Amino acid sequence: MESIGVLMMCPMSSYLENELQKRFNLLRFWTSPEKSVFLETHRNSIRAVVGNAFAGADAQLINDLPKLEIVSSFSVGLDKIDLGICKDKGIRVTNTPDVLTEDVADLAIGLIIALLRRLCECDRYVRSGKWKQGDFKLTTKFSGKSVGIIGLGRIGTAIAKRAEAFSCPINYYSRTVKPDVAYKYYPTVVDLAKNSDILVVACPLSDETRHIVNRQVMDALGPKGVLINIGRGPHVDEQELVKALTEGRLGGAALDVFEKEPHVPEELFGLENVVLLPHVGSGTVETRNAMADLVVGNLEAHFSGKSLLTPVV
Amino acid sequence: MTTSYITQVLPRVLIVKRPAAMRVLGDSFVASTKFEIVKAFESPLPLPEFLADQSHPVSAIIAPVHVPVTADLIRLLPNLRLVVTTSTGVDHVDLVECRRRDISVANAGSSYSEDVADTAVGLLIDVFRRISAANRFVKQRLWPLKGDYPLGSKLGRKRIGIVGLGSIGSMVATRLEAFGCQISYSSRNRKPSVPYHYYTDVQEMAANSDALIICCELTDKTLHLINRDVFAALGKQGVIVNVARGAIVDEDELVRCLREGEIGGAGLDVFEDEPNVPKELFELDNVVLSPHCAYTSLEGLEQLGNVFGLEY
Repeated sequence: MESIGVLMMCPMSSYLENELQKRFNLLRFWTSPEKSVFLETHRNSIRAVVGNAFAGADAQLINDLPKLEIVSSFSVGLDKIDLGICKDKGIRVTNTPDVLTEDVADLAIGLIIALLRRLCECDRYVRSGKWKQGDFKLTTKFSGKSVGIIGLGRIGTAIAKRAEAFSCPINYYSRTVKPDVAYKYYPTVVDLAKNSDILVVACPLSDETRHIVNRQVMDALGPKGVLINIGRGPHVDEQELVKALTEGRLGGAALDVFEKEPHVPEELFGLENVVLLPHVGSGTVETRNAMADLVVGNLEAHFSGKSLLTPVV
Repeated sequence: MTTSYITQVLPRVLIVKRPAAMRVLGDSFVASTKFEIVKAFESPLPLPEFLADQSHPVSAIIAPVHVPVTADLIRLLPNLRLVVTTSTGVDHVDLVECRRRDISVANAGSSYSEDVADTAVGLLIDVFRRISAANRFVKQRLWPLKGDYPLGSKLGRKRIGIVGLGSIGSMVATRLEAFGCQISYSSRNRKPSVPYHYYTDVQEMAANSDALIICCELTDKTLHLINRDVFAALGKQGVIVNVARGAIVDEDELVRCLREGEIGGAGLDVFEDEPNVPKELFELDNVVLSPHCAYTSLEGLEQLGNVFGLEY
């Protein structure tokens, strides 16, 4: 298999690079200053693309790679892959579901507590020596607050299960009601926001869910409500979010994802009711290795004619 | 016809220094028709003179942790019948003297327990997933410059040892179970109705844990309970979370272990000499610090006010 060209779109895991290098001819897209020349040079040897949440396989790339057979994403999200074209051309697509569910859900809860109880601000308060001048102010309790989840898939369900342990009533929005679920369903995101103290984005990104958290939703959530985004940046109208936070119309936000990563709106840096993370939802050694194993496993299965482990297309 | 009014003399409750809850919630925090509040902190007189000046003696005292109820203070209050703390801990009250004088001592019960448990879990996730450190990284505009932040450690399936399984410890346990953690505990006595593995010895529990969460009382038996041997047993990847009392942990040893990489990280809400925190901790990214506010949510304090009303 050493002659099979695998194009990796950006740095994502040195463990994954090593494993791919052992088995394939690994081509690192980010090391080439002239991308079009690079593709021209290697177009006939590249049979697989490995992408992630930042860079995948859009229409242009797929059209530039005539020998492309499989796109294996180092993520569960597929928003960076043109699935329609892959289906049309018979290109297989795989992702990394399940192995990262727990880490993302853990982080969502960690962000809720960090935001409501101001853990990051408290840490800053102590490190700056301010504690010697007086106690930190009161914060807001988490236990018992209502949690509204947009999208009750694997990750949404895992978040609900954790929040229940804090005696939180759980509400959700989803395209359809889930029949065997004990949580309260709301038919619109605005209704969900109106009836929840904490709103969590946990659905896939698609044309329908782009800006699913818009100004109307933020106003419904209100000055006592908080938004947690562990989905994708474009789920939230970021410009509106900045306005809502700076104008005090929204109580707070904890964000792991942004519309144009790694760029984060300047206005958010000075706000004490905002927690910002550099897209680390699945960012643990254990989970990234498990994701890498899935990527490698899917590619090996494909090129030995076996069934894919986690196919999407 | 004259109407005579019987003036009821209400029991008098002393507050020496204004507790945090009163600063925020005002007098309504302890307002009651059943007792009268005597605020020593509003008088310019030193406490002994202030108390001598009172026309009716004080029979109860509200004692936040920064006002130790010592034998000397008790001596100034010959009619004292009840001490009510604003904390769950009563280590700042001379219990021996209270027993001798037949004075009841009541604490805040479990008004705070949920908040403290929430903070303990929050600190644990923060240390394992580097939330505060990564938030600093982004807010310092380092993400576009330095690229990805170093990876954290998965919480699921981690072995968590809870030191003290009272109301706070139990709440921490039920929360962490939902994250897929394996819970064990150490406590004065085994609790037969509880499904978690019991260790009589904290050091042995540390040797079999990825993190320890300190939720026990401070007593002479738990002073510096978490010491060099426990840190060595916990190991280089191990994490300590302390939401109980600073003195349960040997702080100098903790600082040394953290600086030398002998343990993996710490989340600390309490310290041996508050509000002083060892400066060496400020250089470390694997430490999350909190100014003894695990218990201070607005809702928790409102609940505390209700408890005071009931206790009297």
